[in-house]
Amino acid sequence: MGKNKKEAEAQSTLPNENRRTFAKDLKRDWQLYLLLVIPIVLVIVFNYASYPGLRMVFYDYKPARGWNGSKFVGLKIIQKVFHDRKFLGSLSTTLIFNLLDLALGFPMPIILALMLNELRVRWFKKVSQTILYLPHFLSWVIVGSVAYAMFRPNTGLVNMMLMNAGLIDSGIPFLTEKWHWAVAYLLIYVWQTMGWGTIIYLAAITSINGELYEAAMIDGANRWQRMTNITLPGIRGTVVTMLIMNLGKIMGSNFERLDSLQNTQVRDFSYQLAIYIYEKGLQGAKFSEATVVGLFQSVIGLIMVIIADRVAKKLGEEGLL
Amino acid sequence: MSKKKEKEIESVSDGSRAITKVHTSDVVIMVIITILCLTCVLPFLHLFAKSISSNSMVMAKKVFFWPKQVTFDAYTSIFRDGAMVYSMVYSAIVTVVFTLLGMIACTCAAYPLSKKRLHGRYAFSFILMFPMYFSAGLIPTYLLYKDLHMLDTVWVLILPLIYSPYNMLIMKTYFQANLPDSLEESAKLDGASDFQILFRIALPLSKPIIATLSLFYAVGRWNSYADNKYYIQADTLKMIQYRLSQMVSSATEAQTTTLSEAAAVTSTPEVLQAAAIMFVTIPIICIYPFLQKYFVKGAMVGAVKG
Repeated sequence: MGKNKKEAEAQSTLPNENRRTFAKDLKRDWQLYLLLVIPIVLVIVFNYASYPGLRMVFYDYKPARGWNGSKFVGLKIIQKVFHDRKFLGSLSTTLIFNLLDLALGFPMPIILALMLNELRVRWFKKVSQTILYLPHFLSWVIVGSVAYAMFRPNTGLVNMMLMNAGLIDSGIPFLTEKWHWAVAYLLIYVWQTMGWGTIIYLAAITSINGELYEAAMIDGANRWQRMTNITLPGIRGTVVTMLIMNLGKIMGSNFERLDSLQNTQVRDFSYQLAIYIYEKGLQGAKFSEATVVGLFQSVIGLIMVIIADRVAKKLGEEGLL
Repeated sequence: MSKKKEKEIESVSDGSRAITKVHTSDVVIMVIITILCLTCVLPFLHLFAKSISSNSMVMAKKVFFWPKQVTFDAYTSIFRDGAMVYSMVYSAIVTVVFTLLGMIACTCAAYPLSKKRLHGRYAFSFILMFPMYFSAGLIPTYLLYKDLHMLDTVWVLILPLIYSPYNMLIMKTYFQANLPDSLEESAKLDGASDFQILFRIALPLSKPIIATLSLFYAVGRWNSYADNKYYIQADTLKMIQYRLSQMVSSATEAQTTTLSEAAAVTSTPEVLQAAAIMFVTIPIICIYPFLQKYFVKGAMVGAVKG
C-alpha cells in the first residue's frame, strides 16, 4: 500500500516537473518565443482562421445572407457536386492533363541535365544554362501572351514562318482548336520547367565520384555506356524522390496557367478544377459547391503527400515531411 | 586548327572526364541545346522587333527578328497613357514592402525553430508547416479576407503571403547547417542575448540565404496575379501582371487597346501588345542574369527538403 502511494506520488510529480522545466525554458528562451509570436499569429489569422469556413460544405451558403441566413443541409451539397457532370468532367480533365504533364515534363529535365553534363565547352554550358533557366522566372501572363504572339493563326510568328516557307496555306490554330491547344499547353509547360528542373539533377551528378568515370574509361566504356551505367544510377535516388514529389501533386490545378492560356474555343480541355472553382465560386456565387471541390482537392493533396513521404522513406530516400 | 587545339586544351583542363577529341556526339548535343536555347530567346527577339517596327511593316508580316522602319511610337503611347507606368511603380512598391515583411516573418520563424533546445519545437514546426500541406481553398479564404475587411485593399496582396512555410524551411535548413552551436555558446558566455546573437552573428553570417530568399519572395509576388483577380476590384490596386493580362486577353487576333485616349495611340493593337509585353518583361530580363546565381543556390538548398 505504502509503496503504491509513493509510486503514485512520484507519478504525480512528473508532469509538475515538466511544467517547471518548461517554465525554466521559457525564462531562458523567452526571446526566441517572442520571435515565434509573429509567424504564429500570421498563420492563425490567415490560414487556420479560414478552416472553420469549411463547414460550408454542409450548408447551402448564400453569400448575400451570410451564415445566419443559410440552411444546414447535411450531405446534400456534397452529393450534388459528385453527381455534377461538369465537376466530374473537370476532375477527369485535370487528372489526365496532370498525368500527361508528368509523362512529358518529368523526364525532360533529366535528359537535359545529362546533355548539359556532357558539354565540355565551359562558356557554352554557362550561357545555355542561363538562357534555359529564364522561362522559370517569367509569369504565366508573360508566358501566355508570348505564346499567343507565337501561335496566332494569322499573325503568330510560327504560322508566319510556315506560310513564308510555303509549307501551309492557312494558319494552324495552335491555341484555338482543342487538340492543338492540348499539345501546346503541355509543351509550353515542358518548355517553362525543363531548364530550372535540371539544377537538382546537375547537383546530384556533381556528387558522383569522379573516379568511377576514370575507371570506366580505362576499361574502355564509351560515353553512352558511362551515362547509362554511372550517371543514371548515380542520380537514381534524386529521380525517385522527385517522381514521388510530383505524383503528390496529381490533384493540383494551376489557375494562372489555365487562365492565361485558355480561350472560348478550348473550354473542353481548359475547364479544369481551378477554373471550375473560380467560375462556380467567385463568378457564380455557388460558394458551397466550390468549397466542396476545393476541400476535395486539399484532402486528396494531403493524403498524396503523406503517402509520398511514406514511400520515399520505405525506399530509403529522405522523406518530405 | 588553332581553335580546335584550344578546345582540346580546355577540355583537358575540365578535369576528370578529359577526352581529347571532339566527337560527333558533342556536336549533336550542342545542336540540340542550341535549339532549345533558341526557343527561349527568339520569341522575345521577335516581340521586341515587332514593338519597335512601323505598323505597315508589321501588318505586311515582314517583321521577324529584325525591326523594320524603327519607331518608338508604341512605347511612347504606353508612357503617355500613364496607367502602365503607374502599375509598374505600384507593383514595385508592393513587391519591396512584401519582400521586407516576408523576410522578417521568415526569420522570426526559422531562427527559433533551428534551435534544437527549444521546448515545443516540434509542435511549433507542425503549426507553422501544416498550412503548406492543407489549404482551405479559395472560397473560405475569400470569406476570411472579407471578414478581415481586406478585400479591395493593397494589404490582401501583402499580408496573407508574407509568411511562407517553404521559404522558412529553406532558411531553417541553412541556419542549422551553417551556424555551429559552439558559436552561440561562446556568445552566450560573453553575455549576449538571443536577439543580439541573431542580429550581430546569425544574420550577418547568412547573407547568401537572405539574398536568395528575398529574391524568391520578390519574384513570387511580382509574377503572380491570381490574387489580383480574386480579391481586388479597383483598377488602381491591381498589379502590372494583371494589367498585361487584360491588355492581351484577346485570344485569336490582336484587338484590344486598353490605353486611354490621352495616350494618342497611333500603333496598331498588335504592335502595342508587343510593346506592352516587352515593357513588362524587360525589367526581368535585365536584372535576371545578375541574380541568377542566387536563385540557383537557393534551389540547391531548397532541394534538400521539400
